[in-house]
Amino acid sequence: MKLKLFMYGGAALLLLAASIVISLSIGSSGLPINDVWGILVHQLPWMDGGAGQWDAGSIAIVTELRLSRILLAILVGACLSLAGAGFQGVLRNPLADPFTLGVASGCSVGAAFLILFGYQTVVGIWSVPIVAFFTGIIALVIVFALARARGVMNIETLILSGVIVQAFLGAFVTFMVSLSQGVVNEIMFWLLGSLSARGWEHSQVVLPFLIVGLPILLRYAQPLNLFVFGERHAAHMGINVERTKLIVLITSTLLTAAAVSIAGVVGFVGLVVPHMLRLLVGPDYRILIPLSAIGGGIYLLWADTLARMALSPKEISLGVVTALIGAPFFAYLLYRRKVQQGGSS
Amino acid sequence: MIEVQHLEKTIGKTTILKDISFTMEAGRMYGIIGPNGVGKSTLIRLLSGVESPTSGEVRLEGRTADSYGRKELAKWLAVLQQGGLASAGFNVREVIMMGRFPFQNWLGEEKKDVEALIDDALAAMGLLELQHRRIDELSGGERQRVALAKVMVQEPRLLLLDEPTTYLDIGYQVQLLDTVKSWQRERSMTVVAVLHDLNLAAHYCDELLVLNEGCVEAFGPPSMVVVPELIQRVFRARAVVLPHPATGVPQLLLQPGETF
Repeated sequence: MKLKLFMYGGAALLLLAASIVISLSIGSSGLPINDVWGILVHQLPWMDGGAGQWDAGSIAIVTELRLSRILLAILVGACLSLAGAGFQGVLRNPLADPFTLGVASGCSVGAAFLILFGYQTVVGIWSVPIVAFFTGIIALVIVFALARARGVMNIETLILSGVIVQAFLGAFVTFMVSLSQGVVNEIMFWLLGSLSARGWEHSQVVLPFLIVGLPILLRYAQPLNLFVFGERHAAHMGINVERTKLIVLITSTLLTAAAVSIAGVVGFVGLVVPHMLRLLVGPDYRILIPLSAIGGGIYLLWADTLARMALSPKEISLGVVTALIGAPFFAYLLYRRKVQQGGSS
Repeated sequence: MIEVQHLEKTIGKTTILKDISFTMEAGRMYGIIGPNGVGKSTLIRLLSGVESPTSGEVRLEGRTADSYGRKELAKWLAVLQQGGLASAGFNVREVIMMGRFPFQNWLGEEKKDVEALIDDALAAMGLLELQHRRIDELSGGERQRVALAKVMVQEPRLLLLDEPTTYLDIGYQVQLLDTVKSWQRERSMTVVAVLHDLNLAAHYCDELLVLNEGCVEAFGPPSMVVVPELIQRVFRARAVVLPHPATGVPQLLLQPGETF
């Protein structure tokens, strides 16, 4: 198990590093690769910052725009992907993800409210993610209440409830946007999910959630493995089922809230990444969870690079890219489930 | 080992079990029998401590079942659930390893070397060739053997079985119960099994507890319990009871027609 984790983990980290290098080297400003790396090298603490060799604009493009955005894409991707893995494990639902469960939309209601009406910093930089977390939890509770029939939650019913809640909350957010005085264009961009016009300070908001969330989910990786045979089986094996569910659901929602409050609703990341990894490394959450964090980072980094390069110099929103990849993937999973059920009955 | 006093369980508005009391001693094998829907599985859930009684109490080794921490209890009480293991992407060996969960740290490691234990369990259940196959590639009977092997490596003092022979061919039914029985004798384990086959129950269990309409109808050795009057009263089936030609254990022959 450990060897497998180190092997796959090492490979994933290498892939991440390579992705960073490539993504950093390309951009809409047409800055030559030599200059990009020259600037970067000169940013090292013991170097001079490169102020004499390059103009301030180029330096800003590399450090303020590209590098910070790459880091943010990795962090947001890691959060969403971990949240997806958590939801899937604890609900034993392969179709669960922050987006399909309506949690992301729930978070966006709280976040949008604060952003649109200018309360972002009522209680410091954490205001948006914290309020987003609470509205996300409320959305989750509503989705569960809708989905539960006689104490049982059917997999498809849960996702259907998620879609209903998501449609309603999405409309609600759009309604708030119409009411606000802000620049509608920019807010619409956030609504669709985007990492443009974000800086280092945004990474600082997301990072602590990841630092707290990842170890908590790792701690519950083995219990999640035992959930695979049902909650009662897990209880017989010595797991405190209610506590495990509560902690994993809260942690996953928290990670979602952090991602949504910075990047808006970026859909299907938590669905696509853990599934790809399952095909690759198997169902063991002790491997799946750390790899989801890294894999989510890689995935979103590429999605964002695509978002800013595809129609360069115009940007398409990140949410559009992930939905274009994720929705067909979701359809495929649904189809495969149908085939499997048809085969077994 | 198990003391049950005035146990009552209501789910919703239905009273499943009402005023059940009995004592089960350590190192013996007990069977719970009774018609469908009489609360046998509910009783197992209460004995395992995952559910709490509406009133009354279940004591395991002197303490009420729900006062134990889940992990603490799982170190010596194992449950084989009805219906066996669901589909999963894990292979047979990984699933059996899960049986060690109560003894592991959060990384899934423990001090004791358990590989030999796993190999023994695999061998005992005839799963050595299947150990690297995925669970969802196995038949229902094979999965049930995996489930039993997983319970074995948990090394319990008390084993609760809820209809362990469902979905098994008659050959595997006997094989499974033989394994449980010899294992019970070797380790002087206590076994409580819900069984629907009265003839098998009579063979393997030291004592039988008969549940009917939420109450204990009878509790005693098979020779006392497996008698035509009781079968007629509880199961509404006419039957003839004969001693087994080889073992002398009372066996039931159903008599068709004139049911009521």
